[in-house]
Amino acid sequence: MAQMKRGALALLAGLMMSGSVMAEQRSLVINTDASDPAPKAAFDQLIAAFEAENPDIKVTVNMFDHEGYKTAIRNFLTADSPDLANWYAGNRMAPFVTGGQFQDVSDVWEANGLSDSLASAKASMTIDGKQWGVPYTYYQWGIYYNKDVYKAAGVEVPTTWDQFIANCATFKAAGIDCLTTGTKALWPAAGIFDYIDLRTNGYEFHMDLTAGKIAWTDDRVKAAFAELGKLAAPGYITANHAAIDWQDAAALLVQGKAANYVMGNFAVATFKEGGMTNDSLGFMPFPEITPGIPRAEDAPTDTIHIPAGAKNVADAKLFLAFLARADVQSQMNATLGQLPTNKDSTVDTSDPFLSAGFEMLSSSYALAQFFDRDAPAEMAKAGMEGFQEFMINPDRLDSILERLEKVRAKAY
Amino acid sequence: MSAYWKRNQHRLAPWLFLAPGMAMFALYVIIPIFQSMAISFYDWDGLGEKVWIGAANYVELIDDDAFYTSLKNNVIWLLLYLLAVPAGLLIAIFLNQTVWGIRAYKSLFFFPFVISQVVVGLMFSWFYAPNFGLFYKLIEAITGTGVAVLADETWVTYGIIVAGLWPQIAYVMILYLTGLNNVAADQIEAARLDGAKGWKMLWYVVLPQLRPATFIAVVVTVIGALRSFDLVSIMTDGGPYGSSRVLSFYMYEQALSEYGYRMGYGAAIAVVLFAIMMVFISGFIWKMWRDETER
Repeated sequence: MAQMKRGALALLAGLMMSGSVMAEQRSLVINTDASDPAPKAAFDQLIAAFEAENPDIKVTVNMFDHEGYKTAIRNFLTADSPDLANWYAGNRMAPFVTGGQFQDVSDVWEANGLSDSLASAKASMTIDGKQWGVPYTYYQWGIYYNKDVYKAAGVEVPTTWDQFIANCATFKAAGIDCLTTGTKALWPAAGIFDYIDLRTNGYEFHMDLTAGKIAWTDDRVKAAFAELGKLAAPGYITANHAAIDWQDAAALLVQGKAANYVMGNFAVATFKEGGMTNDSLGFMPFPEITPGIPRAEDAPTDTIHIPAGAKNVADAKLFLAFLARADVQSQMNATLGQLPTNKDSTVDTSDPFLSAGFEMLSSSYALAQFFDRDAPAEMAKAGMEGFQEFMINPDRLDSILERLEKVRAKAY
Repeated sequence: MSAYWKRNQHRLAPWLFLAPGMAMFALYVIIPIFQSMAISFYDWDGLGEKVWIGAANYVELIDDDAFYTSLKNNVIWLLLYLLAVPAGLLIAIFLNQTVWGIRAYKSLFFFPFVISQVVVGLMFSWFYAPNFGLFYKLIEAITGTGVAVLADETWVTYGIIVAGLWPQIAYVMILYLTGLNNVAADQIEAARLDGAKGWKMLWYVVLPQLRPATFIAVVVTVIGALRSFDLVSIMTDGGPYGSSRVLSFYMYEQALSEYGYRMGYGAAIAVVLFAIMMVFISGFIWKMWRDETER
């Protein structure tokens, strides 16, 4: 009798334990750099929506500071991998892909038809014919201008490059910087060069250049620099731009001390905080330089990847499929103020900059990722320093190009 | 066992006391130095496999313009940073008087050393900033056009060194204030009776007694000059286009920064910096050893 009781107790205990195993929570860990207010809100929204649809998955978010994340990621990918991590597309993810730190997610692309819905961003997510992450947002680059400054100088919005340069002479005579930029962090200079190269030589040339297939001493590269020199040599660019950050240059545009600014759409929030409105702030695509070249744009893409050391790969792939959905991307980008990569998503039509950007990117010939994501890290750094040096000393073109050529020999 | 201990206690005890410190030092300083030297012979991106390339990193270093710029900047740092020593001495002598409230003045003069180097760098970059910086406005008022020091490749290193001198002078000043407190008063009296005044007093009587303080001040200043990283990183990020790079910053750029995935190359730069420092460190250690054995 006692033995039967003990047996019954053991059976009961066994059943209870197996029951708790079945009710175990699935957990997902995400490391993200969405520390600025708008990205943070968008992420919180995304996680909440995912958890609502998948009540048995608990998501833990590790939030990193945006700049600090760029060094932290190299630690946590090897030391304590999360299941999902933010990063960028193109050559920027190449070191992690070749180092075996990101997982191949081509199966997620296949299973959810992402090659169709995320077509515009697919090329930048592909290395060696496989996809290594899922993009969820991108934003346009272009020329933001101060409409009031244009009116005061009596200048029309230019449609060609020659008109733009002619306008610059008028602005300079009025004591206003035609083009402002803050190159202390180097990357704003790369934006200007990217566009000049895309418009002078075309998308394929620019991609070959950043892929290291074209020598920097090539005549076509010199032609692109010559166009940049048309801005730098007569002093149409803000003086001492190497000592100021992009936010300080934005202040110049807001205060009416500068007319144009080649920047990404994320700057609109800064301009508006400074007091500009939809009436005083204008946006135009970068004008054509060489006639006939199909219009390509810079559209840096933010992405999410699965690290090689992820523990819950199945649910991570579920999350990526969720992230790629049109309705999810529409909602997330509405909070971010950026553009969804899914072509079936919708964009807020009341924001003139987003609408203009969405139209511009959807109708563009091709999308570049921005110089420091298209070119490998070493080449990117040397290139950006070269652009900054050229903008300050246009007469040093030959020594700059020779130096870049030397770096190209080593970097590729 | 305990008999052995009782016999050799005097000899063993110092080593036992030193053991934890020596173990930590070996583990966190000595062994990593050799590990860095080893890494400099490989091509490694910090994530994937290490590839042995022998001395190729050093050969590449010889042909690298940025390396020579960094080297030149390090020499400039070394020479100009030593100005902190006489400057600190002069301020210490000035503050070494019993005037009411002198403690408050001493604290105010010491204040720059207490604040973080990052804050010092930030303040000075605002000081030099074009359009609104005080220094820029001053130059503009005097000459008509402002000079943005941090955007000018010829002046940027000097601008950063001035920012670095501010806390360093404060530190040297404190060293000398302590040294001046220990100057033998009877020697000063005797010298005064002999008619020594002002400069002669300083040079022949006070300065020789400050020799230990001077030694420490020079050691700290030299090491600080070769190590300078915070200010370069905060004020210019190595710019404009790499003109203000120093070896420690160049090493960080190549190995650890956003665009730097070359651990081997960074390690090679670190080894060169270490070699330069070893010249000075050996000199200092030899002098300290000589002083100890003479005692």
